[in-house]
Amino acid sequence: MSKPKVGFYWCASCGGCEEAVVDLAEAVLDVVALVDIVFWPCAMDFKREDLEAMADGEMAACFLNGAIRSSEQREMAELCRQKSGLLVAFGSCSHTGGIPGLANLYTLESIFDSSYGDGVFSNVNPGNVRPQPRTEVPEGVAELPTLDREVKALNQFVPVDYYLPGCPPPVKLIVEAVTAIVKGELPPKGTVLAPDKALCNDCPRIDSKPDDPFIKEFKRPHEVLIDPEKCFLAQGLLCMGPATRCGCDHACIEGNMPCTGCLGPVSHVRDQGAAALSAIASLVASNDAREISGVMDRIPDPAGTFYRYGVPSSMLFKSARPDASGGA
Amino acid sequence: MSDVTPYDAGETFEPRIVSFFCNWCTYTASDLAGVSRMQYAPNTRVIRIMCSGRLDPQFVLAAFRGGADGVLVGGCHPGDCHYQEGNYKCLRRLELLKRLLVQMGIAPERLRLEWISASEGDVLRDVTNEMVEQLRRLGPLNLDPIPHPEGLEHDGVEPIGAGV
Repeated sequence: MSKPKVGFYWCASCGGCEEAVVDLAEAVLDVVALVDIVFWPCAMDFKREDLEAMADGEMAACFLNGAIRSSEQREMAELCRQKSGLLVAFGSCSHTGGIPGLANLYTLESIFDSSYGDGVFSNVNPGNVRPQPRTEVPEGVAELPTLDREVKALNQFVPVDYYLPGCPPPVKLIVEAVTAIVKGELPPKGTVLAPDKALCNDCPRIDSKPDDPFIKEFKRPHEVLIDPEKCFLAQGLLCMGPATRCGCDHACIEGNMPCTGCLGPVSHVRDQGAAALSAIASLVASNDAREISGVMDRIPDPAGTFYRYGVPSSMLFKSARPDASGGA
Repeated sequence: MSDVTPYDAGETFEPRIVSFFCNWCTYTASDLAGVSRMQYAPNTRVIRIMCSGRLDPQFVLAAFRGGADGVLVGGCHPGDCHYQEGNYKCLRRLELLKRLLVQMGIAPERLRLEWISASEGDVLRDVTNEMVEQLRRLGPLNLDPIPHPEGLEHDGVEPIGAGV
């Protein structure tokens, strides 16, 4: 019997998810023993034509990492969907929008201005040159993909069968997912292939988390010497553990850094940021409106903190358009 | 969301407010306003919750996503919470939520928290009228729809609790 075929592809991502596959180390041999990798342009010489030549559904599964934000990524995501039996959203960007999803807080114009505007940051661009989708050169027309006005999670563009969360997905979860696909022992479609409990639930520091509201001041990691045993929230550090799915074996916690929320929400939460905000804000130890306001002032970037990996999959999806009256 | 009428700049804009009122104080105040036959703007849809401390910030976002131009939250005055401290938790949550909303392009005036006791029907009337006028000046909330794959029916918000 021939081995099932799988593919890996990347869209708007950093390459860290590909690293996670490499991080399988010896376990990658177990994976290769189970499946044939037929498409992985990042690691081997595969071209788009190879994908196009496949029959529909020829790949048993395609693991796609990265968010969707350009015309090229839309074409490739559609192709991957067409050629694979199961499409697995691999990693935070694909699952919930990820770091690229933070672009949904800005307009496309302001993104181009900050990247190419003359004199902005370290840009030197006196001719105000901008990338053009079509450029005529003596040899013909050179074309570039266009950037969308918004960043989408994969399931906001094509139907997705399973999700492997994390930035990047933990090796253990990747191996479990591949094994489950090969054995055909998969949960119902749409499932996130990770435990469905919050990180606090099995955090080694949970015993040091006080019960009553206790946060008097929020601190940032560089401002304090972090106690390696004590609950981060008890130290005034923002930790997304209360509203983030577990399954990462506490990689960050073990490294003495608070959780940033990369595994996304548990299944009964629709909006991870709102859930984390709710859990953490209610821990502030004050009943006075002005004092509470002062404590909250110490969180410099609430959207980037609570939606670090999930602006597109939040209920608001992206920043609202300016009000008709010019307000907001 | 087909039931949401698109805003036409030529028309008079009628803001939609979703009001979350606590059972013990503000909801009773709205009852009082009703039985006292007080006249006030009909732009609110009131949802009774047992305590303002029950207000999950997700409810506020779901209201905005569902077409609300503003969200009004009513709870007991400080010290008067039926459950001792639910209103304080609400205060802390909304203080932070407002900051998040500003970053998401939503004016903080669109989310309002008021302490209104059971006897303050007139305050409820005034607050509602005031908020309607404020939203009229701000105009409708223009949220972009949540994209979804072609051919898949999806209204943009899964019900909370249904699982993902």
